[in-house]
Parts: sequence; C-alpha cells; structure tokens
Amino acid sequence: MNAHRCPNDHLTYPGHARCPDCGEPQDDTVSLADRTAEIVTWTTSTATPPGVRQPNHLAIVEFDVDGQPVRALGQLTTDDVDIGDTVTPVHVDELRDPDAGIREPESQNWDGYRFEPA
Amino acid sequence: MDRVAVIGASMTRFGERDDWIRDLLAEAGDACLRDASVPSEAVEHVYVSNMASGEFEGQTGVSNMLAHDLGMVGAYTQRVDQTSASGGAGIYAAWQSVASGASDMTLLVGGEKMTHRTTGEATDVIASLTHPVEYKHGVTLPSFAGLTARLYLDEYDAPRESLAAVAAKNHRNGVDNPHAQFRKEVSEDEILDSPIVADPLRLYDFCPITDGSAALLFCPESVAREYTDDYTVVSGVAGASDTHVVHERDDPTTMNGVADSATEAFEMAGRGPDDVDVAELHDMFTILEVLQLEALGFAETGEGWRLAPDGVTERDGRLPVNTSGGLKSKGHPLGASGVAQAYELHRQLLGDAGDRQVDAEVGLACNVGGFGNCVTTTILETP
Repeated sequence: MNAHRCPNDHLTYPGHARCPDCGEPQDDTVSLADRTAEIVTWTTSTATPPGVRQPNHLAIVEFDVDGQPVRALGQLTTDDVDIGDTVTPVHVDELRDPDAGIREPESQNWDGYRFEPA
Repeated sequence: MDRVAVIGASMTRFGERDDWIRDLLAEAGDACLRDASVPSEAVEHVYVSNMASGEFEGQTGVSNMLAHDLGMVGAYTQRVDQTSASGGAGIYAAWQSVASGASDMTLLVGGEKMTHRTTGEATDVIASLTHPVEYKHGVTLPSFAGLTARLYLDEYDAPRESLAAVAAKNHRNGVDNPHAQFRKEVSEDEILDSPIVADPLRLYDFCPITDGSAALLFCPESVAREYTDDYTVVSGVAGASDTHVVHERDDPTTMNGVADSATEAFEMAGRGPDDVDVAELHDMFTILEVLQLEALGFAETGEGWRLAPDGVTERDGRLPVNTSGGLKSKGHPLGASGVAQAYELHRQLLGDAGDRQVDAEVGLACNVGGFGNCVTTTILETP
C-alpha cells in the first residue's frame, strides 16, 4: 500500500502515470501500511455485487505523511466505528472473489488492506 | 453562428421492458422523427448514447444498427459512452455536429436495457467504471453515495429527513409522468423505514434499474423554421470531469465537475442560476440532487439540503427540480437518462408537459457520470 510522490512533493494513492496536481512523473513512493489513519467517512453496503462480502463495511480514511494528507478507500473490519476514529491497515490476501465479478481476474490484483480500529 | 435547435423529442415508457436495446432505440428514434415530421433521409448524423450494451446484452455496434433500422443508411454514426452521463455527452456531441456545420440534421438516441440482469450483476457492470483500487474492495456507486451522505449530514448538521424529502418530492412528480417507471407517491416515513442499502441511505434514496430509451432531433435554427415553430434552442452546453478515484478529492461533498461544466454552460448561454426556471438533475441518489443544487449555484455550500423540505424545488416552488420524477421515480436506463432530462425540458418549454407543466422559458439539465467523475450541463431555452 504505497502512496506515490512527484518531484513537487504531491502525494497520491494510488499512483498515476502523471501527478494529477502538476503533471510531473511520480518517481517516489511512501509506504502507508505501517501508519495509522483517521476515518473521514464510512458506510455499510448491503447490496453487494457477486463475489463481494455482504454486508460490506467501507471507509475513506486519511493518512498524515509528514504533514501531508493522503486518502485511501478500503474495507473496514467492523461497522463499530465513527467519523474521526483512528484505524490501522491489516493485509488481506483476497478482498473479493476475482472469478465472480465482471472484471477480468488477471487485469488487476485482489489483495489489499482492510482498516481496523486502532 | 446559427443557433442549434431541438425540433423533435421522444421517450419510451421507462421500466421493465421485454424489448431489447435494438427495439428500444428504434422505438424512441422513430417516435422522435414522427414528432418532428422529419423524414429518415434528412438525417445526416446519428448518435447513440449507451453505456454498456455489450456488457449487459452482448450487443455492440448499436449506432450503425439503429441507422439501418430507421432507414438512414449512409448517415455518419457514432456511439457515445460516458457512463451514466452518456446522454448528456450525446447532447454535446449532437450539438457539436450541427454547430460545426458538419450536419444539418442530427438524431440522438439514448438507451439501455438492464432489468434482465440481477441487481448484483447490474451493480457490478456499473461499478466496473471504478479504479482497480476501488473495485477490489467491492465498492459500488450506491456505496459512494452512502459514504458521501454520511459526511455531508455530519459536516453540515443536516437532518436525515432532508434527503427523504427529495425522494418524496420526485415520487410525487413521477405520478404525473406517463413514461415513469414508478407512478406512486412514497411518504417520508416509508422512505426512512425502507431497508438499508448503503448506510445512512435506504432503498428509496436510490433510483431503480430500468430499461428505456429517449431521443432528440437537432438542426440549425434556420432549418428548424422550415419544419416548425415549436422548437427549443440549446443556448449552453459544456462538459467537465473530476478525479476518477473518488477518495482523491479534497472534499467528496463538492462536485467540481458539475461546477465546472455549469460555469461554462452558463457563460455560453449568457445566463446564471437565477435565470433558470426549471431543472432536471441527476438524482441517481437523493444526496446527488442536493450536491448538484450547491455545485450549480442554486444553493450555498452546505445549504442545498434545505431546498426540498422548504418547498423551493417543488413544482409550484421557486425552482422546480425534476418535474419528470427524476431518475428516482422515472427510472434510470443509463444511456437514456441524460437525453430524457432534455426531453422533459423540451416539453416544459413548449408548454406541452400536461399535468407536470410549470411556467418556464429557460431549463437546465445536469447529467452526472460515475460519482461526479464526468458531467455534462445543458441549457435549453425557448427561441
């Protein structure tokens, strides 16, 4: 789980071919996996597509990287959370069943991080 | 430059239809030509707004197919896909084709066939527009709505009931629309008691899965006068985008794509928010109507939630919004919705909206793709 940094110190998660802020290449990365983040907002989705857990707890969280905010979206381990709570990333090998959805399974990776209350 | 006129408009009944995409497109296209009394051979360009006929039905090549089915072989054909905003993008493309002088008669038909899929499958087709880092978490467009609604209600101390008021209002309007999927009033209590879909949003905060099609016929104003006095003009049209990855926005409750496209469309029309008499907004989710009211300049930031409860957006209010019933009650066949928004404005501006009629000379349609990822705003006026 890496944030990507361009020469002008803009950070994004995920990375892009060019920095969305300034168009420069993003040549540097910063790991977010061992940091804590704050819940910006969250939801519990009950109508989930094939291969996705039901219910699916989701959150947008914000990391602080040397004073710069970087946001990410991910599954939550629980719905016992609130806006402003602190969470930590927990690695999961498979976030949904790659063979059940519409997207070609080989077109992307399926592991990632859930967020659990710190 | 000659202004671009709309001289014909149609829409099929929205809802669960036995017809497939080919039939739906042909039904609306044929009805539109009849509405304008324009023969097939006069059409030079044919645009089809459609998000996912390949994914839903396994049918591609829909614009060429439609031209053949409507007796327009030889016309230039093009499919326009801009996800849920395909209809608005089709309006922009059709406007460009006429305004550039490339075509003197352009038919736009938007359509989608969705109800043969399960809710989960249809949701997944739509969610496929998301970035891989979003998709792998099982994110859906409704879950973006839940995330944003929770943030908005928290940030602006807005009552949950204010979103229910949006749904109730649009269902009331849909009762008088013979083409609407749902023609039934729903009380705020029913909305607030309905099953949770993406907390804090519930079933009635969301538009349904829908089949349907809608069409518009465009030509230069000078050509329009040869056919009819009953036409409208596209005075402003513009599109814009926001970040593809929703969480990369500084504030998910601010719809920058809507604001940017509206600014440009208003500038082109020489108009501002106060000039608009009626609006069709992309209420795929109740929270989206509120966010668009703010981004379009109809309400201050953090104040958009007040307009439905205060009656401002009712049919007899200062700014009637979604007189058609909106996506919420009329239905949301993805590629058709933006075209159907303009159909409603066209009927309203011509005084031909029946029981839904309001007093209007300037109308605005805002068609949103993704969760504000891409947007087209259109302003229609009486000549």
